[in-house]
Amino acid sequence: MDPEPRSEDRALIAALRAGDEAAFVAFAAMHQGSLMRLARLWVKNEALAEEVVQETWLTMLESADKYEGRSPLKTWLCGILVNVARNRIRKEGHSVPVSSLGDPEEPAVDPSRFSPPGVPWEGHWWPPPNPFPEGPEAHVLNRELRADLEEAIGKLPPAQRQVIVLQDVEGFRCEEVSEILGLTTTNERVLLHRARAKVRATLERHYEGGAS
Amino acid sequence: MSVRDLVSLSCKEIVELVTDYRCDALDTADRVRFEQHLFGCTWCMTYLKQMDRAIELIAQLGRPAEPVSVPIDTTKLAGLFRAWRASEGRKRE
Repeated sequence: MDPEPRSEDRALIAALRAGDEAAFVAFAAMHQGSLMRLARLWVKNEALAEEVVQETWLTMLESADKYEGRSPLKTWLCGILVNVARNRIRKEGHSVPVSSLGDPEEPAVDPSRFSPPGVPWEGHWWPPPNPFPEGPEAHVLNRELRADLEEAIGKLPPAQRQVIVLQDVEGFRCEEVSEILGLTTTNERVLLHRARAKVRATLERHYEGGAS
Repeated sequence: MSVRDLVSLSCKEIVELVTDYRCDALDTADRVRFEQHLFGCTWCMTYLKQMDRAIELIAQLGRPAEPVSVPIDTTKLAGLFRAWRASEGRKRE
């Protein structure tokens, strides 16, 4: 364990409060791209996203003395962004997409992929899944795959999209995503599972060359 | 005892546990049952690997294909910082 948890994060906050402009610009430039991507999960266009991100930076600076180092600075920052974005949507009179879990019975895999009730191997794969291609190229996102995955994520219900972008694109852990979005870890995992399952299905269609 | 009792979870149940498994959220008993099933079921192992591939590829979406077309405007960020400092100064007066 780090004897001084998040000493770097706290040093940065101290620098900001001491008026270190260069430290702020370097930190903000590093995270601007991520914040813009996250803001776009709530607001529809680039200009609005930019406003949300600006307000996030200001809110972060204004509340810098409230940062206690309990979670990483980036987690805290994203939590601020989520609040700013939600308030913005509320102010503009749009309904805030609730982080609802959606259909409680939404299965990860199309039930027709398993043997139906009444046969000896009920609930087991049939037809079975085919392994995805292997080799170095198969692990790299090419242009075509990128377009397919972006489309699949774009079509997800907002709550699922927010969770998968935070966790799998931005690299936050389950607990951090729960904290940022104000979800229980159980609900966070349900949303993540559904989102990932849909992306997997998209990959499967991609590799098997079929349309959806 | 039938094979079904040994393989106490069906594939249909296994696919719903993959994310909990990867997030280390299964309790010991469930993890053991999950791993036992996977050990004997190539198809569910394939499914787990497919999910892992999805995660691996999604992670790459964060790195833009082309260099970001709009460079980050550091002048704007510096301006933001100065505006905040100025408003802090006013608050102190």
